[in-house]
Amino acid sequence: MKWMLLCWMLMAPWVRAADALPMAEDPQVEARLVVIAEELRCLVCQNESLASSNAELAEDLRREVRKLIRDNKSDTEIKTYLVERYGDFVLYRPQVKPLTWPLWFGPFFMLLLAIWGLWRYLRLRKNALAMQHASPTDSFDTAAHKD
Amino acid sequence: MNKKFLIPLGLFAALVVFLALGLTRDPREIPSPLVGKPAPEFRLPTLTSDKPFSPSDMKGKVWLFNVWATWCVACREEHPLLVEFSKQSRIPVVGLSYKEVQAQDQPNGPLNDADKLQLARERSLRFLQRQGDPYMLSVLDLNGSVGIDYGVYGVPETYLIDRQGVIRYKRVGPLTPQILQDTLLPLIQTLEAS
Repeated sequence: MKWMLLCWMLMAPWVRAADALPMAEDPQVEARLVVIAEELRCLVCQNESLASSNAELAEDLRREVRKLIRDNKSDTEIKTYLVERYGDFVLYRPQVKPLTWPLWFGPFFMLLLAIWGLWRYLRLRKNALAMQHASPTDSFDTAAHKD
Repeated sequence: MNKKFLIPLGLFAALVVFLALGLTRDPREIPSPLVGKPAPEFRLPTLTSDKPFSPSDMKGKVWLFNVWATWCVACREEHPLLVEFSKQSRIPVVGLSYKEVQAQDQPNGPLNDADKLQLARERSLRFLQRQGDPYMLSVLDLNGSVGIDYGVYGVPETYLIDRQGVIRYKRVGPLTPQILQDTLLPLIQTLEAS
């Protein structure tokens, strides 16, 4: 009895997986759907993509995207369709626009800032070392040389 | 004294402030792109009649559009407040019954459209009879496609629509007395005055 139960429990994931299978009526449509839906966020379970989500809304949205694919809409048109309704949040890859500039270019800006900081620090240190060599009276280095 | 050691401390404090602010925000609240745009058009049958209702029927009025379903727990939470609101306020509340018939209601395969419509009507009307009916009317969005046009992703949702048919406010999740007092009622007043 226990073994039966264990078997059932082990099988549970596959049973669920079978539920989530897309209705592959037209393999070409499905292939495009997967590519597009991977880039879109499911709004109910916010860390899943539209392609992998089991949520009912995701199902509905996939149905909608399938319809748009059959209508020969381009990827951009399909994404715009969803952004118009759900906002930029549905896109995993945010568009480049003034609002998202800090997001896209912020890290590079920080990197430049860090490089500038490092360069400045190194130059100051070099100067300081040069100064020490120039005035040996109060330097540990010269004290060591005297020994 | 050299105060340089304060720099990392200051940076850390700034980080903590940002993170703390982040914790106070609700990740489910996503700004809707529909605010400021015309309410999407549709034609749907209502709970009581096959004669379709369309948002353009409400031109010239300020009105609330509330997405609900009998299976939605948060809607039940919100319901008494809506009933209260509809008694006190002059502005009409239109309901959108969102996907009333769910997959678990159709254990023997999908129902046909007529059966779905009937089941949705029966169940919704029974609910409203028991809990009070805040709606001028409720339209039936059985397959959720109007919901998609309105960017619905978590019932209940509420939209405030002005005289020109433009969405002025959207709330995802149940309305609360506080939201009603602080946001919705003042907004309704300004919209009615204009």
